[in-house]
Parts: sequence; C-alpha cells; structure tokens
Amino acid sequence: MASKHLNHIEPYSPQFGTMVPLSGQKFLRTCVLWQIVRFIAINIRMTILILKSHH
Amino acid sequence: MARLVVMGGGVSGHTAATFARDMLDNDHEVVVVTPNSNWNWIPSNIWVGVGGMSKEEVIFPLAPVYEKAGIDYRQAKAVEIHPEGNKDSDTPYIMIEYTDKDKSGEREELTYDYLINATGPKLNFGATPGLGEGTNLGEHTVSVCTADHAEHANHELNACIEKMKAGERQTFLIGTGHGMCTCQGAAFEYIFNIEHTLKEAGVRDKADIVFITNESFLGDFGMGGIHFKMGGFATSSKVFAESLYAERGMDWILGAHVNKVEAGKVTFELLDGTIDEQEFDFAMLIPPFAGVGLEAFAKDGSDITGDLFAPNGFMKVDANYNAGAYENWKASDWPRTLQTPAYKNIFAVGIAFAPPHFISKPMSSPNGTPINPTPPRTGMPSAMMGKAVAQSIVDMINGASEPTHTASMSEMGAACVASAGKGLFSGTAAAMTVYPIIPDFEKYPGTGRDLNGTTGELGLAAHWVKHILHFVFIWKAKLKPGWTLIPE
Repeated sequence: MASKHLNHIEPYSPQFGTMVPLSGQKFLRTCVLWQIVRFIAINIRMTILILKSHH
Repeated sequence: MARLVVMGGGVSGHTAATFARDMLDNDHEVVVVTPNSNWNWIPSNIWVGVGGMSKEEVIFPLAPVYEKAGIDYRQAKAVEIHPEGNKDSDTPYIMIEYTDKDKSGEREELTYDYLINATGPKLNFGATPGLGEGTNLGEHTVSVCTADHAEHANHELNACIEKMKAGERQTFLIGTGHGMCTCQGAAFEYIFNIEHTLKEAGVRDKADIVFITNESFLGDFGMGGIHFKMGGFATSSKVFAESLYAERGMDWILGAHVNKVEAGKVTFELLDGTIDEQEFDFAMLIPPFAGVGLEAFAKDGSDITGDLFAPNGFMKVDANYNAGAYENWKASDWPRTLQTPAYKNIFAVGIAFAPPHFISKPMSSPNGTPINPTPPRTGMPSAMMGKAVAQSIVDMINGASEPTHTASMSEMGAACVASAGKGLFSGTAAAMTVYPIIPDFEKYPGTGRDLNGTTGELGLAAHWVKHILHFVFIWKAKLKPGWTLIPE
C-alpha cells in the first residue's frame, strides 16, 4: 500500500539513511492541544536545567 | 571605592555589568566599554533575516538603560590592556578608542580595579577569500550575525522570491564559511526559516536548498553531537538533524572548509581532501570567529599579549591548556572561575575566553586543512558566566580573596531553542536541552551526558517558547521591573 504521507526519497541518497516523520508525528507537532502540554513540559525541563546549572 | 570595567556590552558583558551594578554599593563604579550604541537580541536576527521581525524589534539603545542603572557607558572599543599600569603608575588601565560620532577616534586611558573581558568575537569574514574583508561582509553572500546584516539578508531573500514567482529556479546555500567556524546552530535555524518562508510564499518548488557545514556529521553543533532519549533509545542528534533535513527535502555537504567565495559560487575542500564547488543564487555563510585583537603590555611597555591571550586572540583563563590529544581531554580541563592566572583582577566571559580545546573531535583533510567546528559559548552559558563572574567580583570587592562563584561549561547545562519557522500556529522549533555542555565520560559513561537532562523535540510549543523568550530577554536586558528574577 502506498504511503501517501511520504514524499519520494531517492534510494541510497543521504536522506534515505535516516528516519522521517509520518503523518501522526507531523500532526502532533502543530496540534495546539498537544503542544500546550508540550509547552508546559518544555518549561519544566528548562527550569530544572537552569536550577541544576547555577553554582 | 572600586571600579569595575566591563569590555563589551553583549549578552555576557551586559549581564555581568548589570548584575554587578545591582549588587554593588553606589560608592563603587561600574563602567561598560562597548563600540555599539545598541543592544541586540541576536537569536531573533534569524527572524529579521526572513522578514518575520523588523530590525527595530531586536535592538534597543544602550545609553538610556545604563543611565537609569547608574552604569558609566563609554561608546568605545578597548584596544590595549595595561594590567600593571605604566612606568608612572601601578594602577592598571585599559586604552579605549571612542566610536561615537562626537569623539570618534579619540583615545583615553581608563583605570580599573577589576576588569571583565566580554568583547565577544571578531567576525572574521576576511579569513575566507571572497567572504569579506576583515570584519566586513563581502558582496557575494549575506549574514545574520548582526541586525543590519539580517535586514540586508531579508532584502536579498525577497529579491530571490520575486524571481521565483516569475518562474526562475533558485539555489540557496546556507552554512559555515570556513573550516573553523562555530555557531552552526544559527545556520541551522536560518536554513529552516528560509525553507518555511519559501513554503509560505508558495515558491518552495522553485528552490534547491543546500546546507554546507564544517561538522563531520549533521547535529555535531560543535559539541561532539548530543544523545537524546527517544522512543526507548539513546538517539544521536545526527539522526534527529538528518531527519529534519530529509523531511524538508534539503541536501547537505559535510566536513567542508569553504576556501573561496565568488559571485554565485563557493569552492570548498572536504575532509577526504577533495575539492569541489557549489553554485548558489543566495548564500548565507557564517564567518569564523577570532578574538577582537586586544593587545597587552607590561609595566615597562613590553608586549605581553601572548601571555594573556591564546594565538586566536581569546583570553586565557583558569583552563587546562595542556590537555594534549583528544583522547586525554577531560571535562575538568574547562575553566571554572574564568579568572586569568597571571592577573587575579581580570576575568573573561562568553566568547572572549579561550577554550582549552575543541569539544568536537579535531579533524583535518589529508592536505592538512583543519576542518572542525569550534566550541559554541554563546547564549545561556555566556550569560551564566557573566553573572557568576559579577558575583565573584562583587564578593572580592567586599573582601573575598578568591572568586566565590563558578560557571564551568562542564558543570552547567544549556537550553537551546532553534527556530524552524515562525508562525503563531504554523511555526515550529527544536527545543533542546543538554547537560552538561562539555561531555563528561567519567561522570556519565556512555554518551558523556545525563540522558535525563539532555532532550530534544520539534514542535509548535518550542516556537512559542522561543517567541516568548524574545520578549522576556529584551525585558530583562532593559532592566524592567523584576529583571533580576529572570534566569539567564
């Protein structure tokens, strides 16, 4: 079955040797509700990083 | 009364000066010497370079901010350091040369008790023939290193878009303009913003977009790469970065030292020694950085520049500069207090300090040409160094005998939000955290970093974070209410 969500990738090109996102992943990247969750997660992560970095 | 002189008013210098002023009693003096009249939030230059922001949105004049803060501001560049004074006086001083229009070219001696070198980089366009002359950008390429450069880049981009709308095909070449560049992150952000902008303009199908880099693999970022926890794997940033380029249909050239730029064409040498060419209609190539060219003199007038500075012009601090080969490198080689060994009242922060060695593994072509990303030390680490050194100096002015605060890149993390396109609902960015910046294979066997603190993801949320940070950091730099509460 054809993967309609994928553009053609030239076999044996450098691009052929890596992972490419499928439609579900692409959707989540700009899905506002999911991204609000990620926004909170990123901020928590960065806050922890900042707290660990100050001496 | 003590006088602290800060050379440079960028991220690290401005942070150091403003925190020192905030923490010191008013009978002490803080002086900032910077050739620029404006402060620039450099991360947003990327958006100026694609028309997503105006130049005015990323800069503001320094004079009123420093006047309000009680900081003595000299629009001048430091040219000499005399850490022992001269034959007439033991008081250390720097020689400054004014750059403002009223006193342009005038020189003055400025004495100090404590000195912070936060001069940032010299944009060394002249290192690559055709890329520019000295610190001046040439005519064949564009840059996003300054707000003015970014504005010009947007103008050129728009000209290309018009040609594409008229049916002409265009090749965009973005990346590093020399084998010894750092700041691959800026090129990474710009190429994705170009791609996003072309898509929004409806001309993406008329564009060939190529990334050229001195990294030996995509995602090295001058940090030897990063590993993220992803889908149950410790996944290399190589996979993360390659995936982004592949998804957007962009090609890449790795391990490249651009050795000549001509109208519409670059010539480059690869790590395998081959020489190749790439044509372009639009090119943004990051220049290599060097120290700003400060000279230092002893009391008797003899030149001691080589004692204070590494050959690349960056200032030597409390780092281990004798680590030797890559196999011997340790996280502990990296400086902690940023104090110069010879003069306890001189510190260097941000790009101005000389790293002990690269972070990425040194590589060169069979012809002996070094092709190696140099260590990034901008943004968050830069500001953290500025604050730590300001705190140490304040304590030393108040009686401490040694620096009391440290900011080692081997003990701190960095948060980096790399834009991949601007838009309230269509934008994306890569939010990355890395801890520590310098891999420590003794403490974190395996990848050299704490996998719980080293993360990466692409999405709209990261774009929101980057956009909010634009306003937050400009608020902080303007010293508006609550600025001291905003972390670096």
